[in-house]
Amino acid sequence: MKTLKKVLVLGSGALKIGEAGEFDYSGSQAMKALKEEGIKTVLVNPNIATIQTSPLLADEIYFLPVTPYFVEKVIAKEKPDGILLSFGGQTALNCGLELHRKGILKKHKVKVLGTPIEAVVLTEDRKNFADHLRKINVAVPPSGAAATLVQAQAIAKQIGFPVMVRAAYALGGQKSGVAYNLKQLNEIVSGALAVSPQVLVEKYLHHFKEIEYEVVRDKEGNCVTVCNMENMDPLGIHTGDSIVVAPSQTLTSDEYHGLREVSVNIVKSLGIVGECNVQFALNPNGSTQIKDDGSTRMHGHTGKQGLDYYVIEVNARLSRSSALASKATGYPLAYVAAKLALGKTLNKVQNQVTKVTQSFFEPALDYVVVKMPRWDLEKFSGAEEKIGSAMKSVGEVMAIGRSFEEALQKASRMLSGRVQGVTENGFNIKNLSKKEFSEKFLKIPTPKRLFALAESLKNGAKVKDIYQATGIDLWFLYRIKNIVDTEENLKASQMLDPQSLCRYKQAGLSDKRIAFLTGKTELEIRALRQKAGVLPSVFQIDTLAGEVPAQTNYLYLTYHGNHHDVQPLGKKSVMVLGSGPYHIGSSVEFDWSCVNTALALKKYDKKTIIINCNPETVSTDYDMSDRLYFEDLNFETVADILDFEQSGGVAVSVGGQRPNNLANALAAYKAPILGTSAENIDRAEDRNKFSALLDKLGILQPRWQSFASLEKAEQFAEEVGYPVLVRPSYVLSGSAMSVCRNPQQLKDFIGKAADLNQRHPVTVSKFIENAKELEFDAVAQNGELMVYAIAEHVENAGVHSGDATIVYPTQRVYASTEYQLRQIAKKISKELKITGPFNIQFLFKDNQPFVIEVNVRASRTFPLLSKALFTNFPAIAVDSFFGKAKKFNYEYPPAVVVKSPQFSFARLSGADPVLQVEMSSTGEVACFGRTYDEALLKSIMSANSFDFTKKRVLLSLGGELNKIKFLEAAQTLVFLGYEILATDTTASYLREQNVACTVVRKVSEQQPNVLNAIEGKDIAFVVNLSQNEGRQEQDKLKRHLNDGFRIRRAAVDNQIPLFIDLHLARAFVKALGRNQPDNLGIVSWQEYRREFINNK
Amino acid sequence: MIGNLILKDGSEYVGKSFGKEKPMAGEVVFATGMVGYPESLTDPSYAGQILVLTYPLQGNYGVPEKKYWESGKIQVSGLVVSSYIDTPSHHSSKQTLSDWLKKQNIPALEIKDTREITQKLRTHGVMLGKMEFNNVSLRASASERSNLSQEKIASSTFAKASAYLRSAGQNPLLRQGFGGQGGLAMTEFKDPNLENLAAKVSTKKVYRAGSGKKTVVVIDCGLKQNIVRELVKRNVKVVVVPWDYNLKKLKFDAALISNGPGDPKQATTTIENVKYLLAKKIPTFGICLGNQILALAADGDTYKLKYGHRGQNQPCVLQGTNKCYLTTQNHGFAIKKIPKGFKQWFYNANDKTNEGIIHNKLPFMSVQFHPEAHPGPLDTGWLFDEFLKKI
Repeated sequence: MKTLKKVLVLGSGALKIGEAGEFDYSGSQAMKALKEEGIKTVLVNPNIATIQTSPLLADEIYFLPVTPYFVEKVIAKEKPDGILLSFGGQTALNCGLELHRKGILKKHKVKVLGTPIEAVVLTEDRKNFADHLRKINVAVPPSGAAATLVQAQAIAKQIGFPVMVRAAYALGGQKSGVAYNLKQLNEIVSGALAVSPQVLVEKYLHHFKEIEYEVVRDKEGNCVTVCNMENMDPLGIHTGDSIVVAPSQTLTSDEYHGLREVSVNIVKSLGIVGECNVQFALNPNGSTQIKDDGSTRMHGHTGKQGLDYYVIEVNARLSRSSALASKATGYPLAYVAAKLALGKTLNKVQNQVTKVTQSFFEPALDYVVVKMPRWDLEKFSGAEEKIGSAMKSVGEVMAIGRSFEEALQKASRMLSGRVQGVTENGFNIKNLSKKEFSEKFLKIPTPKRLFALAESLKNGAKVKDIYQATGIDLWFLYRIKNIVDTEENLKASQMLDPQSLCRYKQAGLSDKRIAFLTGKTELEIRALRQKAGVLPSVFQIDTLAGEVPAQTNYLYLTYHGNHHDVQPLGKKSVMVLGSGPYHIGSSVEFDWSCVNTALALKKYDKKTIIINCNPETVSTDYDMSDRLYFEDLNFETVADILDFEQSGGVAVSVGGQRPNNLANALAAYKAPILGTSAENIDRAEDRNKFSALLDKLGILQPRWQSFASLEKAEQFAEEVGYPVLVRPSYVLSGSAMSVCRNPQQLKDFIGKAADLNQRHPVTVSKFIENAKELEFDAVAQNGELMVYAIAEHVENAGVHSGDATIVYPTQRVYASTEYQLRQIAKKISKELKITGPFNIQFLFKDNQPFVIEVNVRASRTFPLLSKALFTNFPAIAVDSFFGKAKKFNYEYPPAVVVKSPQFSFARLSGADPVLQVEMSSTGEVACFGRTYDEALLKSIMSANSFDFTKKRVLLSLGGELNKIKFLEAAQTLVFLGYEILATDTTASYLREQNVACTVVRKVSEQQPNVLNAIEGKDIAFVVNLSQNEGRQEQDKLKRHLNDGFRIRRAAVDNQIPLFIDLHLARAFVKALGRNQPDNLGIVSWQEYRREFINNK
Repeated sequence: MIGNLILKDGSEYVGKSFGKEKPMAGEVVFATGMVGYPESLTDPSYAGQILVLTYPLQGNYGVPEKKYWESGKIQVSGLVVSSYIDTPSHHSSKQTLSDWLKKQNIPALEIKDTREITQKLRTHGVMLGKMEFNNVSLRASASERSNLSQEKIASSTFAKASAYLRSAGQNPLLRQGFGGQGGLAMTEFKDPNLENLAAKVSTKKVYRAGSGKKTVVVIDCGLKQNIVRELVKRNVKVVVVPWDYNLKKLKFDAALISNGPGDPKQATTTIENVKYLLAKKIPTFGICLGNQILALAADGDTYKLKYGHRGQNQPCVLQGTNKCYLTTQNHGFAIKKIPKGFKQWFYNANDKTNEGIIHNKLPFMSVQFHPEAHPGPLDTGWLFDEFLKKI
């Protein structure tokens, strides 16, 4: 291993459902481990918003698709000695396997570090792996692998229903599900075979417990299980969608250590070097089951308690669960795994937390960890709410407490910041009988189930009945009942004496909740608490339950304590508030800003305190700050920490909207907020104040008004003219805003989605069509611009900026326009006396700029622009906090960068892949190029799986205008040698224009029709443009019958790139015409930077 | 009912009782394992000790049938946990932890800040302590207060207590420095290590288990039943004898010196008996206390650790290799001087203390940890095979 000089690390690309921020954490830790050993690192990852794609870790970063094609080019250029495949999720692993199969690694003499590639190959083939496990006497569910529907049916018949169907080689349990009958089996298997060549049909283990172990092994064969975890939800719900508890709560020593030994045996049998995740199903009734051959299978090593268990999954790589285990225990799994991959042994790697022990040990926890998924299903029109074996959540939170109640309540508050715990759930049970409620909300698992069972308990449901309906172990149900009972007692007694207060806090009730139940305010409860000395203790996570003195800075709060483990840091410390769980609209980009802010604060000799509750982040790596509080971002918690630490500053402007929303309350609490004052933040946030401010400054904005009645709203819409953008202030269900094109749509939307009254008015604004949208990002100091950048949307305004394709520097914008923008930004920042980051969104129509939004905080585009300009916006923001920012000397960058959204529609059955005013992408990528075209192509290829050997495209262009506007692009496609398949009117139009094309039948017509063409999989990409650019709301039934929906769905289900925006589709075809895939530049970000610096 | 845990240094902790309300003195120790309370509580090595469990939730899966216990009764003198769970859920549960403790007359307290007690023991070393029930301290801290029910403690008492704390310029959160204010002592501090605990917990009569061609004598100094189960599983006849049994009366192929409580130097008769084994060159295996007794019998020496090793995550390295094993441990004493003719077999990867010795030529070996696990990881079960190979 001494010869290793340069190692290639593969990232996981854009954040998507099933593969999210956890791989930023694992990749970053791996690179840190490599750097310490003096090894140069080369990273391929197009995810521009990550920490790992920042110069502080990687020596050379390639913002390119993580595909064999591009990675081979990087290998040929960089000539690395080794490659790490297990730190970038399934994307990196699949790419690595492909490189191995094609002999590319061998050809370039690149050694796979860590787990041998043969072991990875084995674990990825479901059938071979199941055979392997049986050989070493490990129980696997009776199953069979099938490559066709007929085979799958035969296997199901043999095993007996219900059966679980899983797709091989797929992330996050994609396209898997439980089938109770033949019809369901056919449905699931067809879906699975569309994304995978193989499916596994196995026995469905009803209401078994789901238990996971995270195992590390070194080359000497030493093994430890870093953590075990118990899913609160029984088997059948993907672990990514389960509420997970660490350590296990309902397992005896025999069960805990019996399963531990099985995991260790599996890992040893595979020869893993690094990390591995093993998932078990465990029979809650403990009875031994009859084996296929009639014999009973006993496990029991010690005692006579036979374990009835099955291994259900093994991941020979870092996973979401390993990131969670790492954060739950303080054991830096990814870091250690990387060291082991380099050939170190566990006892030679220091315990990074205690600094006095080493890494061969298993953490002892003296606290409970609860992970809760965050779903955003309501953001996707048509998406099914039911959760199951295919993951649907977009993020997660992790809460730490000394009781399950404390941790669970914290977690439920962390999710959105909008509910105060499991009992605040908005259920109106009155219209439903108990049975109906149970059927609808308990039996069928949905994101609401946790809250539904609290509601059931409140209504007197029996714990045992809830167990029957849900399969959630009684242990958890009794704990939740304890929360409910505590609240009911509080409601009845209204006691607020010190003892009672303490009891409420230990059961995880927030001040706000106590206030609500006693008719007081949050601050009144806070004052009572402080007077009574009922304050949280600050405890350390030290990996050894207090056994060894540890200098750890990893902290949490609990009411089950009397002392603090640490002393306050005082005025020299600065708190940086993180972004909370990843969700649609708030993702890894805010974590990037937080981490960069924390790092920049060191320059000012400040001690940094990060507060965040998202286990998928780098900001919650305890070596990123002087102190890490793994805690909620609500007022109560932040104020508690502030009271304890007595910090000299609080940064609320780098963690996205969540901390930004706290500005007012914190300012009122006299918190020393850094940068722009809370009052001025509010002037930008409050729609009325902001509108008045723009009027005062003479800046244009789309006309808008708030209404408490539909009639008035209709009058206004008539007056300004349709379409209008409608935003209710209280949303019952569905999307939070919509574009309405006629009075009927306006009526429908308001009628269905909103509760309209004086307290909850609706805002209607003029929707300006065919306008350009521009992003203005900047840092100001005392109202004066220090650095700024203008980026351009490829799509027209109306597509949410998070879903838009964005290019920097601007390609179609006049210098005079940019001048106007800058003048407006100057006026606004001066008026708001902005110090720190801000972002303005502009519409441009007929050379007139309209301001649509100002955010006085770091925006989504901060990492993108920082990297594009080779500067660091958060660092400049920190400078501005201390009055030390210098004006940035702008130079033209040598490369164009294009950001593309990553959608996860394929993971959400039923969801319509359309672009709306509300965001629906789950992540983004960005790539650099010498030209706009080059950057655009790379970027689109990074977010979609392209196959350039395919030479057929499907066009379905709705409306006359779309057809005319796409004509030139269609001609280009023919010129490039593509065969065009087109649906009826599109085909007739193209033929009229002498563009050769093949007609395919409509969805509703006989087969083979357009769907068969898509399923045939020889289509390179699909362009589906609907009238009004697909932004109108339709009712669900209509949508499902709609051809456009079926085509879009078929495209994403078959993983075929889909274009639904005219401008983007045209830009893509144009770029395709100007670039051959094989002459796309393989240039690292550092190369561009060197060029930039040399030109300066 | 409320109770107090009082440490020798004067610090006091208030908690809610969930066991038998009976005054009790002992040596206060902490253990860090996250599972296995039924096994730990019945482990005779804990005799004379008040056990503080660092994992905050205890009682989760109730208590299984007696045949799964490590001995016939609860061995600890008292139990302290952060949160007791009275709603167990497990198919093997026959009773709640609380009912079990009450039936067996063992006091138990729910004291919220077990971490503070752990840190104290870690810093000052294990300490004598006592549990009392009729004399509730007024100096309850915030989190302890939640343990106190209204009917037991008039809130005016609390007001007084709080006022007292504030007048003394103390944050009620930090209850330190108020030692010696307790009321009537119900029981005296008592050092269990001054008596021969092994004698107290050992079997009084000889019993047998298993069948096989070879016979292994197990000297019960506080034997965990899983040692017997491990041997029986390997098809040997097991004869369990009391700690001071005259081995010359028996015919056997090998001997195992069991785990057990207290100071090994108190077990003088056992040490003498082991000398006989060594002289006869009978294959001998020591576990935990047995490790220390073997060392003493061979002229080595032992000493008391500051706070011992109690948990299920102690890393041990096989001397001369990079092989590490995760072990269960429960001991306050350790080998200081490795006897002549022996070498170090295992050492602790964290603090480098001795974890086992093996003779250079003869079939004598012992380990400080528990290869029988129960509770804990099953990494070192192979040591029983190693031992039986020597017969």
